[in-house]
Amino acid sequence: MSVIKPLPRWADLILLPFINLCTAFFVCGIVVYIIGENPWDALMVMLKGAFIYPGSLGYTLYYTTNFIFTGLAVATAFHAKLFNIGGEGQAYVGSLGVLLAAALFAQYLPSLLVIILCICCSALFGAAWAIIPGYLQAKRGSHIVITTIMFNFLASSLMVWLLSGILMEKGQQSPQSNLLPESIRLPKVQDAFEFLGVNISSSPMNLSFIVALIALLLFWILIWKTRLGYEIRAVGKNQDAATYAGINVSRIIIITMTISGAFAGLLAVNEVMGVQNRVILNYTAGYGFTGIAVALMGRNHPIGIFFASLLFGVLFQGGTELDFEFQSITRDMVLLIQGLIILFSGALAYMYNPTVSKIFSKIEKRSKKNG
Amino acid sequence: MARIKNITSGGDTACYILELQKISKSFGLVQANKNIDLQIEAGTIHGIIGENGAGKSTLMNILYGLHRADSGEMLIDGSKVKIKSSADALSLGIGMVHQHFMLINRFSVLENVMLGSEGGSILSAGKISTVNKLKELGQTFDMEVDPHVLVSDLNVGMRQRVEILKALKGGAKILILDEPTGVLTPQEATQLFDILDKLRANGVTVLLITHKLAEIMAITDNVSIMRGGEIVGHRKTSDTDPQELAELMVGRKVLLNVEKPQAEPKEIALNVNSLGCYSSRGHKILDELTFHVKSGEILGIAGVSGNGQTPLMEILSGMRKPDEGYFEILGKKIDRDTKVSPYTMRENSIGHIPEDRHKHGLILEFEAYENMILGFHNTEMTGAGKLLDKNHMLVHAAERMDEYDIRPRNPKLLASSFSGGNQQKIVVARELYKNPKLLIVGEPTRGVDVGAIEFIHKQLIELRDQGCAIILVSVELDEILGLSDRILVMNKGQEVSTVNGDEANPKDLGLMMAGISQGASN
Repeated sequence: MSVIKPLPRWADLILLPFINLCTAFFVCGIVVYIIGENPWDALMVMLKGAFIYPGSLGYTLYYTTNFIFTGLAVATAFHAKLFNIGGEGQAYVGSLGVLLAAALFAQYLPSLLVIILCICCSALFGAAWAIIPGYLQAKRGSHIVITTIMFNFLASSLMVWLLSGILMEKGQQSPQSNLLPESIRLPKVQDAFEFLGVNISSSPMNLSFIVALIALLLFWILIWKTRLGYEIRAVGKNQDAATYAGINVSRIIIITMTISGAFAGLLAVNEVMGVQNRVILNYTAGYGFTGIAVALMGRNHPIGIFFASLLFGVLFQGGTELDFEFQSITRDMVLLIQGLIILFSGALAYMYNPTVSKIFSKIEKRSKKNG
Repeated sequence: MARIKNITSGGDTACYILELQKISKSFGLVQANKNIDLQIEAGTIHGIIGENGAGKSTLMNILYGLHRADSGEMLIDGSKVKIKSSADALSLGIGMVHQHFMLINRFSVLENVMLGSEGGSILSAGKISTVNKLKELGQTFDMEVDPHVLVSDLNVGMRQRVEILKALKGGAKILILDEPTGVLTPQEATQLFDILDKLRANGVTVLLITHKLAEIMAITDNVSIMRGGEIVGHRKTSDTDPQELAELMVGRKVLLNVEKPQAEPKEIALNVNSLGCYSSRGHKILDELTFHVKSGEILGIAGVSGNGQTPLMEILSGMRKPDEGYFEILGKKIDRDTKVSPYTMRENSIGHIPEDRHKHGLILEFEAYENMILGFHNTEMTGAGKLLDKNHMLVHAAERMDEYDIRPRNPKLLASSFSGGNQQKIVVARELYKNPKLLIVGEPTRGVDVGAIEFIHKQLIELRDQGCAIILVSVELDEILGLSDRILVMNKGQEVSTVNGDEANPKDLGLMMAGISQGASN
């Protein structure tokens, strides 16, 4: 009988994250105040910097795209109670898929087909990088957290070796690959609008935003509408019961990690095919890790992940603007603010749960008395 | 819900060693205890009986300082006390023996008993005094235990003694026993009751928490009945009978014994031949087990838990592979080299109601309708299409909930929100839906309220009469005796004996459960 009554769904999905976010912003405000700036002004600059200034919305959504991919990667694994810390490495290796598909097919096939092949290959390479930790967890009992962390390092070393070796652009000094052929670069949002006759300011946002939205939809179908998703969730919630139901737990662990890695690998679509048009050293820039916070905050639900990604997009883009506008707010300050938000929305996500639950039960009791 | 006034009317509080006044406790919206009034006379055995979820454990945890009451008073020897932790409880002379023992297996009896009262940083002085104290207690209460044996080498009954000694050594005047006989053979239970008798004779007050009516009748002086977080009655044990207690517990009339027509066994559905398997540590946990079950009969498997029933059920349901021997289910031979999984077993019309519904039978964080398809999620139960058809599943679940009277009737409620009995009904409804030809049932009524027990038993008998072969594993002898047509007794993974249901009695079964076969005992 010692169960705390769970909150209504809307409160869990919307109210709690909102309260967490407010707390985080409040604490940030205090910090901003201490260093001698007006918190309200800072907030306004951040919001304007993320939404209003020319091109800023495009930047925000470009970041959002990245976070959707890595957030989905973490969330998929979470549903099977696997903690995939390796999004960073999987995304990094995913770029190899793009390069390979481009090198193999770009000359021979129509560009639309090559683009699709590149997208598939980025997912495939990301998946391949995640299969090994998945296999080790399922069959050998190595802990997924440890192995995925190790695989981040491996990916990093591998890519340094490749980018300063066989993949390095000829005649250049910096560790980066050749540019992709123009035919398979993804159209930017301004190009699309220009095609429709509307001019908007340029930003790195590109077609992969649509890919991200499709990924969100596929994720939702996978987890809640397919039998595989049911099995993944069953393994995540109760492995013993899954075994009893005849679900092959090891198989599900491996499959889940594969799908998780595939989502992470898609990061390359945005960064490599959409923005940089080549693979540069450390292009993943911590997106894989931020994906953990995104998934936590988004409660592993596609809608939540979308909004959490958007929030982090705002933080990244608006943060840059803060850094730009205020003398005393440096890049490190912005990192601190992001850190606080991750702390309150991710690590302390359920801090207010008992309080809110109590308030709800009081309201319910009162309405019962009155009714 | 008439509140019955206390047994002794008027009387001053001084004669009560323990008195609870208006104790209330809620967890969130769930009111676990509501205005509990309880008076315990010194030197008596006081039973507290109620179904799972009636609030017995919460009440005891409040008494032992593990939870704190929202409101209400506690009096010991007539004076108000506040119990904030188990240390407070111990210092006030309240000791508790938990259902699951709190002993360190790799420690000796002495080390376990000393734990928490080592008596200084150097152990030897404390050791000597504890040994003496143990000897003294052992002689007074007739329960001597060698203090230097490792707990892991003791059997369950002895371990329980160590727990009791530990509490007494701490100076307990009031001893709380939470479902103490759950893990004992009938003989061990009788021994426990002898010990409780001695404790009473020496002035210790015992609070016995149980859901077994027979125990209340056998040993207690007074009994308080709980239902839905409230005390619904106090009785002098000599003035009441099991029927009345059961009705108070459930709140309506119940059949304690389900009527069972004579079985009509047909062809052999399951044939087990020299089945054996080893634990991960290499111990033999099933040993040359050979038996059969016919369609239309219930084979009860009796035994103290942990004597091979679990691996047997796991093997028969496809969750585990046998290491030796084979078994034939509905004509299909399965041995260590056969590829099986619980999934293929289900496809072969084998149902499995697992021993532990929380561990295996249900996914508590899934909604009821999702649990209703667990194991059948690749069948048309989830709809005909490639994707899961939620409406189809909801309708299916709602129909089953109507059929089995599962309350509350909401297929979208999390499985964890149902009571034990209703959770079990979800499992039963799911496993019986496909009309299995062989049903493996483990502890079908563990932690299930009396009303649901009656229902589940009826279902099993009905299924048998439709020609299903049923293997019933249970540690509740009453259940085995009430339902089985034949009874196989297991001990240490071996068959001790098989007897006919109508010839069996608890005493003989108890001896067999302890490993003494009928021929050898005299």
